Amino acid sequence: MQNRKTAAAIAVAVAVSLGASACSSSDSGSDGNGGGGNAKADAALTSVVNATDKKGGTVTLEHASGPDSLDPGNTYYGWVQNFSRLYARSLVTFKPAAGKESLEVVPDLATSLGKASADAKTWTYTLREGVKFEDGTEITSKDVKYAVERSNFAPEALSNGPTYFKAYLDGGDKYKGPYKDKSPEGLKSIETPDDHTIVFKLNKPFADMDYLAAFSQTAPIQQKADTGASYVQKMVSSGPYKVSAYDESKGATLVRNPEWDPKTDPIRKALADKVELKFNVNATTIDDHLLNDAITVGAEGTGLQSKTQPKVLAKAAEKAKTDNPYAGALQYLALNVNVKPFDNAECRKAVQYAVDKQSMVDSIGGSVKGDPATTVIPPSVAGYKKFDLYPSEGNKGDVAKAKEHLTKCGQPKGFKTTLTARSDRPDEITAATQLQGSLKAIGITAEIKQFPADKYFTDFAGVPDWVHKNKVGMMMMAWGADWPTGFGFLDQIVNGSAIKPSGGTNLMELDDKVINDLLVKGIGTVDTTARNATWGEVDQKVMENASVVPLFYRKNLLYRPDSAANVTVTDAYLGMYDYVLMTSTK
Amino acid sequence: MLLLLVVSAVTFAIFFLVPRLGGQTLDSMAAQYVGKSPDPDVIAAVKKNLGLDQPLYLQYWNFVKGIVVGADYQFGPDPVTCNAPCFGYSFKTHTEIWPQLVDRVPVTLSLAVGAAVLWVVSGVAIGVLSALKRGSFFDRLSMGVALAGVSLPMFFTGLVVLALFGNGEYVPFADDPVAWAGSLVLPWCTLALLYSALYARLTRAGMLETMGEDYIRTARAKGLQERKVVVKHGLRSALTPLVTIFGMDFALLLGGAVITERVFSFQGLGAFAIQGVTTADLPKVMGVTLVAAFFIVICNLLVDLVYAAIDPRVRLS
Amino acid sequence: MSDAIKKDSPAADTVPAQRAGDAKEFLSVRNLSVHFDTDDGLVKSVDGVSFDLKAGQTLGIVGESGSGKSVTSLGIMGLHTSERARIGGEIWLDGEELIGAGPERVRKLRGQKMAMIFQDPLSALHPYYSIGAQIVEAHRVHNKVDKKTAKKRAIEMLDRVGIPEPHRRYEDYPHQFSGGMRQRAMIAMALVNNPQLLIADEPTTALDVTVQAQILDLIRDLQKEFGSAVVMITHDLGVVAEIADNLLVMYAGRCIERGTSEKVFYEPQHPYTWGLLGSMPRIDREQTERLIPVKGSPPSLINVPSGCAFHPRCPYADVPPDNITRTERPELQQVSDGHYSACHMSREQRDRIWTEEIAPKL
Repeated sequence: MQNRKTAAAIAVAVAVSLGASACSSSDSGSDGNGGGGNAKADAALTSVVNATDKKGGTVTLEHASGPDSLDPGNTYYGWVQNFSRLYARSLVTFKPAAGKESLEVVPDLATSLGKASADAKTWTYTLREGVKFEDGTEITSKDVKYAVERSNFAPEALSNGPTYFKAYLDGGDKYKGPYKDKSPEGLKSIETPDDHTIVFKLNKPFADMDYLAAFSQTAPIQQKADTGASYVQKMVSSGPYKVSAYDESKGATLVRNPEWDPKTDPIRKALADKVELKFNVNATTIDDHLLNDAITVGAEGTGLQSKTQPKVLAKAAEKAKTDNPYAGALQYLALNVNVKPFDNAECRKAVQYAVDKQSMVDSIGGSVKGDPATTVIPPSVAGYKKFDLYPSEGNKGDVAKAKEHLTKCGQPKGFKTTLTARSDRPDEITAATQLQGSLKAIGITAEIKQFPADKYFTDFAGVPDWVHKNKVGMMMMAWGADWPTGFGFLDQIVNGSAIKPSGGTNLMELDDKVINDLLVKGIGTVDTTARNATWGEVDQKVMENASVVPLFYRKNLLYRPDSAANVTVTDAYLGMYDYVLMTSTK
Repeated sequence: MLLLLVVSAVTFAIFFLVPRLGGQTLDSMAAQYVGKSPDPDVIAAVKKNLGLDQPLYLQYWNFVKGIVVGADYQFGPDPVTCNAPCFGYSFKTHTEIWPQLVDRVPVTLSLAVGAAVLWVVSGVAIGVLSALKRGSFFDRLSMGVALAGVSLPMFFTGLVVLALFGNGEYVPFADDPVAWAGSLVLPWCTLALLYSALYARLTRAGMLETMGEDYIRTARAKGLQERKVVVKHGLRSALTPLVTIFGMDFALLLGGAVITERVFSFQGLGAFAIQGVTTADLPKVMGVTLVAAFFIVICNLLVDLVYAAIDPRVRLS
Repeated sequence: MSDAIKKDSPAADTVPAQRAGDAKEFLSVRNLSVHFDTDDGLVKSVDGVSFDLKAGQTLGIVGESGSGKSVTSLGIMGLHTSERARIGGEIWLDGEELIGAGPERVRKLRGQKMAMIFQDPLSALHPYYSIGAQIVEAHRVHNKVDKKTAKKRAIEMLDRVGIPEPHRRYEDYPHQFSGGMRQRAMIAMALVNNPQLLIADEPTTALDVTVQAQILDLIRDLQKEFGSAVVMITHDLGVVAEIADNLLVMYAGRCIERGTSEKVFYEPQHPYTWGLLGSMPRIDREQTERLIPVKGSPPSLINVPSGCAFHPRCPYADVPPDNITRTERPELQQVSDGHYSACHMSREQRDRIWTEEIAPKL
């Protein structure tokens, strides 16, 4: 008797609380503040939504954990590169504009894009006059040089960022960094003949230099203000905003930089008065805040969580506030050419036909999460060429053709192999499981082995010895470029030189001379149109090789609350909103 | 003191030995503190600067030395002195651990103390009333709810509360006492619900046992009013075992109410611990572990003292 | 007599009614019944007990475990606080009826006019408070005095009960006393307000034999000094022989024999009493003689045996005719002046059995 009564009491209490929570969340967002309520879904992919010229308001961003660092010289995350433009002006940057224009590189600190020598090994930039730090000092080319030196060459203090400058600058492997090498001239391959000229001397032809120059690592840093790892606590701004408060675990507040001169800055409007960035906010809470219009944007730029998405898409009014851009990333299957039977191209082609990409996309959540892919370069990256070498009806795969190629490679009955995936990426696991099913249909038995993401490349899939020893023929992989060109996308995954004993990202161990040479040729081509065409060629050759099986182009579901203004998607930063443009009506 | 050394040594050992057993090398460990696809030079530099290439006992010794006398380190153009107590610097962000610990203690303390007051008062009150009205509707209802409270995991309760009411950020007491309390009300209630339920059940059991003791009968035989009998004679005895339990609960909470802090996005010691663990940031983990161990030692000491103050049979005469 | 009264009813006792207002009887219990309403049934712990007690006199209540002796005394004190207790009958204390008086009135009398000491002083005293504090508490409940005065009184009492260095021992805790000293302290606490009725529930059972004697002496002395009435509850006839003026023997919640100590000891008129006497160790008995226990075990108080509650264990259950011991409950009948027994055998039968069979063996 007692137990039944208490059980009933508990059940009532639980039911009430669950019911109440369902009620409260359905109320959120349905009575918006007007403003951007008229735009349709995906409007920000091609236009600037809720456009305004009004000054004022506070932009609020929230992140579930935090950046690797807000120091522009110590970060790898795309969102920080995007965000840091508010207080750090690099030599060039991506145009804050809608649609395809967002991939365009435009001058920022520099007066124009880089001037290349004929062999694309020497690049010269001219700085604008009269651009000042927040303390009133004028920005010189030495500050840009110092910024590159500290960000790439001082891993004992700053180890988070990419090291492309180190790889491409002449003598980069010998320079010890500005903290150890106290000589006045520093890295010799960066020359500063005068206060407004900077010259980069590279060790090989590199036509994508402007894209490197767009990294936040070229934002100027005063040597006298630099304290190394702790610089982030007292950054000196070169942009329209400066940091007024910073706490490593709480976030940062940006206020207007009075020394910023809009006449020297044609690309920024700097409408908002204040910018608040908050760290360590529970991810579910962030989604709630967005839906309740309590904040302006989710800083990470990967959109709403999977569990929030169905709720939002189910209501027409809410769906109208979403944008579903490409994330600039490709989910693919790497077939290792040194593990039998994938050393035989016909077997690889069989897999190309066997995969049911449409069902795979459906299994992870449908078209809002991705589109079936047929090329290596995703549509939002410069150099994308649309083609499909292994077509099938509705991208569902072609079992007949697959079996044909299996027979051609001498495995008519199929074979056994191992498929690896990252255990802490639920979508990847789902896709792998679905893939396993497609392969079974043509007789290929793939055993799935899971590994944690942070060890995937250093210990398992990225270690050729381990792969060979364990006969791992197939590896799930996803890749987003560090800069949005064909080279930026392809070089690290299909170039023979990207094969490393550990930590490599060319999981196929693809080492094709033709492809390697094409990549070198392309990056030496100064003419942009010709260069981009080369990437398309490389893509096609890689697909002919069939060791990369593209699965789907990833997409994010972003949400723009009513108070968000000047909202547009920037393809350059992996399909998130442009933080230079964004402002708030609150 | 010895206990603290043991705890810290064990944490240190676990941090290094477990990955080693899992087949990790020092290089791959160092690679965790670096950005994507790192250069071998970068890994080497990180390894050297964090001292990962030194033998374990030396690293540990340096850590202990730092706490006592401070240490020098360099993550930039110039060397910096980290004054005692120096708990080292984060492997990831190269910022000093001790100031961060100090910042977070008030948050966790606010959470723990407020919740403790709430759960002790409510738990004991409900437990006493239930015991006195044993078998009544009140008793059955409260014990039923208590059973639910004890069984519901913190992340469920917390998320439900969050979904129902939402919550603001933590406001330091010094800034605005009213806002401070306001930001803490929901986490207090969530945390207190779990413990209050437990304490209600414990108090009820203790009261039932105590009220059956002979000295209660004697107290009544003396002609004492029932209220005095319950409080002065009954409750006082029933609460003694709770003192020990409370001491332990509170001490553990001071080490960081991990789940609560996570759910409500509070930056206390618990959140710090999680960050340390997920980013394999040894100094963070060591810092929190030592602080937590310290609190446990202190609380145990206090419990012993309080117990002796309450129960004369325990005192050394 | 038997026809007019129903079987198994705690009805009219044939003891001459001492009405309220008879100032000689300080305590007068009439048909006291204490039943407990449990899930297993109605437990009749005390089922119709009556007795009187004058000031300055000692009544010994004797019986085995479960006979209802403690329940009776708790009933007098009003200490049955459970909701399941059902109390019937009358208790007259110094002219005032207690059962109908209401709990608050009885509380005021507890510790003041009537006091009780218990069997195990270690568990009966609160371990966390000093002896002195507990005595002071007992005093201040019923007297509006300041702490200093109360403390003086407490030390006085400790001295009076024979505890050496009372001002020092005042601050000691119960666990710091020896068994005998602890019991003395409890007596001090009970007597601090000069109660006119003292109920002692097995006060010596937990003590050494040597200490027992001291405690009994103390109680007797105090009784003489204050003129209080004493109820001594025990299962040990040896204890009660020393100190009681009158005896009341209880079995299964009922009184089965009542009279002066002398009469009950030397002319016992009930087979159960014979059994008790036979099972009592005596120094003057031959050591080779076995003790004669009362065979069988105490009866269930929920399903009390029909007729005479003792009949399942009585060797003489078949002596009275017509199976009456199994069908009719015997009422207390006068044997001689002030001596009553509840037995179906005739006086002659009992006398004969006593002189021929029982007494020689003792």
